[in-house]
Amino acid sequence: MSHEAALQNHEGHESHEHDGHHEHHDTFLTKYVFSQDHKMIAKQFLITGMVWAVLGGLMSVLFRLQLGYPDSSFPWLESILGKWAKGGQITPQAYYALVTTHGTVLVFFVLTAGLSGTFANFLIPLQIGARDMASPFMNMLSYWFFFTASIVMMSSLFVETGPFSGGWTAYPPLSALHDASPGSKTGMDLWIISMALFVVSSLLGGLNYIATILNMRTKGMSMTRLPLTIWALFFTAVLGVLSFPVLLSGLILLIFDRNFGTSFYLSDIYVNGVGALSNEGGSAILFQHLFWFLGHPEVYIILLPAMGMVSEIISVNSRKPIFGYMAMLGSLFSIAILAFLVWAHHMFVTGLNPFLGSVFVLLTLLIAIPSGIKVFNWLTTLWRGNIRFTPGMLFAIGFVSLFISGGLTGIWLGNAALDIYLHDSYFVVAHFHIVMGVASMFGMFAGVYHWFPKMYGRYLNNSLGYLHFWITIAGAYMIFWPMHYQGLAGMPRRYFDFSIWESFKQFADLNRFISTVAMIVFATQILFLINFFYSIFKGRKVTVLNPWESNTLEWTTPIRPGHGNWPGEIPEVHRWPYDYSKDGHDFIPQTTPVGEDESGTH
Amino acid sequence: MSTALNTKNKIHPQKMYLYAGLGSIVMMFAGLTSAYIVKKSQANWLDFDLPKVFFISTVVILLSSFTMQMAVKKAKEGLQNPYRGFLTVTAILGVVFMVLQVQGFMAIQANNIALTGPRSNSAASFLFVITLLHLLHVLGGVIAIFGVRFKSLSAKNIAENTLPVELLSTYWLFVDILWIYLFVFLQWIG
Ligand code: HEM
Ligand SMILES: [Cu+2]
Repeated sequence: MSHEAALQNHEGHESHEHDGHHEHHDTFLTKYVFSQDHKMIAKQFLITGMVWAVLGGLMSVLFRLQLGYPDSSFPWLESILGKWAKGGQITPQAYYALVTTHGTVLVFFVLTAGLSGTFANFLIPLQIGARDMASPFMNMLSYWFFFTASIVMMSSLFVETGPFSGGWTAYPPLSALHDASPGSKTGMDLWIISMALFVVSSLLGGLNYIATILNMRTKGMSMTRLPLTIWALFFTAVLGVLSFPVLLSGLILLIFDRNFGTSFYLSDIYVNGVGALSNEGGSAILFQHLFWFLGHPEVYIILLPAMGMVSEIISVNSRKPIFGYMAMLGSLFSIAILAFLVWAHHMFVTGLNPFLGSVFVLLTLLIAIPSGIKVFNWLTTLWRGNIRFTPGMLFAIGFVSLFISGGLTGIWLGNAALDIYLHDSYFVVAHFHIVMGVASMFGMFAGVYHWFPKMYGRYLNNSLGYLHFWITIAGAYMIFWPMHYQGLAGMPRRYFDFSIWESFKQFADLNRFISTVAMIVFATQILFLINFFYSIFKGRKVTVLNPWESNTLEWTTPIRPGHGNWPGEIPEVHRWPYDYSKDGHDFIPQTTPVGEDESGTH
Repeated sequence: MSTALNTKNKIHPQKMYLYAGLGSIVMMFAGLTSAYIVKKSQANWLDFDLPKVFFISTVVILLSSFTMQMAVKKAKEGLQNPYRGFLTVTAILGVVFMVLQVQGFMAIQANNIALTGPRSNSAASFLFVITLLHLLHVLGGVIAIFGVRFKSLSAKNIAENTLPVELLSTYWLFVDILWIYLFVFLQWIG
């Protein structure tokens, strides 16, 4: 029925059918489990994402323990990990399984599903003025596919031969041959099934976001009056819808190689204990092309939602219009286009034709332009603003800082000549953790702090928020900054133990330092979780409709909006969302009609 | 009541959903056929002729698109029985198409070219995987036809809500065009 409501609204903006909502009784099952309300689905994505963030973070603590203390043994490890930590030290196989699962779940489950899933679901209908998504049912399915993918991935942690251990990029032959490693057996089967389910979930969600944004905006909400959050989520969805199917193609070919003896990716292989394989003529590089055709857009799928939310939060808390709205749109657009044209910068050392490589260098470096525009616009929005340093705002500013730091190293890596040296070193690890991992996490935190009052009708605790921010930003730089030096010194990524290399012994102390900080930062995230769950039930209650004095539509809904979002008619929009400090008004909501003697309107 | 803005947006959200979904299916097959081209330029590629039966299946699926369009037309005119009849014929043609595709696979194997397994060459494996994935999309369409047809039984006047059958026919036309692309690709380009 919500479905009907959403559609009728689209037809004529009449909303009398809304009264029907109250007669409809939700059971526990339809309200909290198989909910079709976009706000509840958003929370489901958020909380599932948080569970994965804790698990994925814990994995990194475990493998950092190995890197920081390669010579020590921790008997308690054996008691939780069993045979994966014989004698109190995790085994190389377990190390690789942990790194792989950490990468996979953080990239896909936390920063894709947890981020887009949460905020696209929550914000799109609320900020464009719709009662729900184009298809609330598909939306619900999207979550349950994600949930099933989660269960399958989780179960791979418990199989006899362990989870997949060939890296989050799942390159063949490790991913294609059962006998290549213990993790390549059942663990890999489960990994593929889980990822296939995940792709379906992303598609069901992404299609909904696109259809909803294009077709269900309220009266007056033209595309150029949309908040930048919505634009960013729109491009994110487009990227996902166009690139995830290509990953699926790659995985399907992989399934055939694994299970039906084909030779798409395999050629001339000898496996110890098995002998020479009959596969001939396949090319492992082919998989890399298919993978990175998704893989690069994927990093922007992770980043764009954070960019959008940060633009919104910075503008609201600077009490200034966003600087260069159209430039922000243009740069989002060009980033989305370029995202499809640069995948081979992950493959400079695969024997790529150097002339082709130089084209990819050029296209890769072009990304610096829209990235630079966005940074410039955030900084100019902050400039001489009347800044309110809420925790959400701090995380947004932290995002900008991290994006600058990590983007600059991207320019190093984008040069093939430099990348041939830096590829697969800790420099790359530093680059992508800062620019993607931590930055997008910051975007997500910013979003949670900013929209928590709308989600739960209560506030998060501010003091804990400040503590969370300062420890996390300082810790993130302390963890990842030194990795640049390690990478420049040639330290390769994905190694189990550096203490046996003469040239890397100098880093023993540094590695221990990094590991220690990593544990502290992880513990700080627990603080955030406590704040989050405590505040849902016991936080200070929100008593005003618009606590941040913001212009966007979500703050015109009741403090705890029901299914359908607005009790009466959906408000009409008369202006863009960034009229802050205009004509002597601190802020003018989008629903305020244009005044007679108002200066230029958008 | 609606402003200029809203009249521009009159395309139904669920149609938009479908169009974007078709875009993602396009990308899936674009990925596969690009991989095919890359692979073909490398060593060990086996050239062989497409079995004749694929020509017949192409005609069949073309025909089914025509019957599907007729079904939409009848639905809009509110003619229940012809509408259901055309849907049934379309579904049958879809099934015939799938059977013919499988015959195509068997014809290739009868020529001693393995599609999968240790003796297979990726030329044949590619053809098999791509065609099989397309076949699954047709299968999805056939199931959807039955779904729509079944639902129409309870409708008093089908002309009142033709959205389901319009979505269905768009999808069906799409898998048809997709096959023609794949057929031309496999026969002449790839
Ligand atoms: C100016 C912008 C950027 C440039 C020029 C750039 C360039 C590169 C290059 C050339 C690599 C390959 C390094 C190697 O493996 O040898 C790389 C890796 C990576 N980049 Fe960036 N990057 C940029 C921004 C970003 C952003 C914004 C994100 C994510 C939000 C990102 C995420 C990643 C990831 C995840 C990897 C590593 C993947 C892996 O091998 O596991 N990059 N980047
Ligand atoms: Cu990239």
